Amino acid sequence: MTVGLEHYLVLSAVLFCIGLYGALTKRNAVIVLICVELMLNAVNISLVAFSSYVVPVLLTGQVFAIFVMVVAAAEVAVGLAIILAIYRGLTDIDINNINLMKW
Amino acid sequence: MGLDAAFWIMAVIGVVAALSVVFLRNVFRAALALVLCFITVAGLYITLSADFLAAVQILVYVGAISVLIILAIMMTRDVQQGSPSNKMKFPVFVIVAVLLGIMIYTVTTTPWAISDEAPLTPTTVPLAQNLFSESGFILPVEIAAMLLLAAILGAIVIAREKDK
Repeated sequence: MTVGLEHYLVLSAVLFCIGLYGALTKRNAVIVLICVELMLNAVNISLVAFSSYVVPVLLTGQVFAIFVMVVAAAEVAVGLAIILAIYRGLTDIDINNINLMKW
Repeated sequence: MGLDAAFWIMAVIGVVAALSVVFLRNVFRAALALVLCFITVAGLYITLSADFLAAVQILVYVGAISVLIILAIMMTRDVQQGSPSNKMKFPVFVIVAVLLGIMIYTVTTTPWAISDEAPLTPTTVPLAQNLFSESGFILPVEIAAMLLLAAILGAIVIAREKDK
């Protein structure tokens, strides 16, 4: 059976769900950020797959994937800066203990 | 059928790497598994004939983002007791499994309008024409530049030492 669009989309769904599971269950803030990166990569795979199977000449999906990468880079820079700032203040990056703003 | 073989190899390695990111106890090894997952995603881009995106994936993710993440892990090393899970493990697993089932069902039953044209290769010149032409995406490119500048400044301001 030759590889088609569905294979890439199912792979992307599997990676997205693994990332979602990690982002919702892990207590280390760095691991949560890593899992968010995993989810963004999964979305990128499906965007590029759509781009090359549905609109192979327009490349709009690849353009969108580039913008997702830009936002991911900005997100990881600011997120890690926030984690370092929290670590400096609390000497802890366990999400269960970072509850200053919890109502 | 070289592309099919490449897809299956990349898919299996990528899923195993993603699983080990989530389930490895050692945070540093999880970050290394993440690097492996990024590399397999770049390989998948090549099988999709997105050569420019594969290069960008290697440069940005494998080069820059993973170095940032490993730096953050090193800086917070003395508190790491592995990567424990919280109490929501089982309900989250059920929700994620249901979501995965729904997504796979939707993906496999939808009749996608697959075009029979061959994908463009190489993609660098058409991508640049898409991004920088006036009828293309020049405004989002400018906004992305502003976003990156704001993110750099924000990261510096947040992570800077306060006492001086």
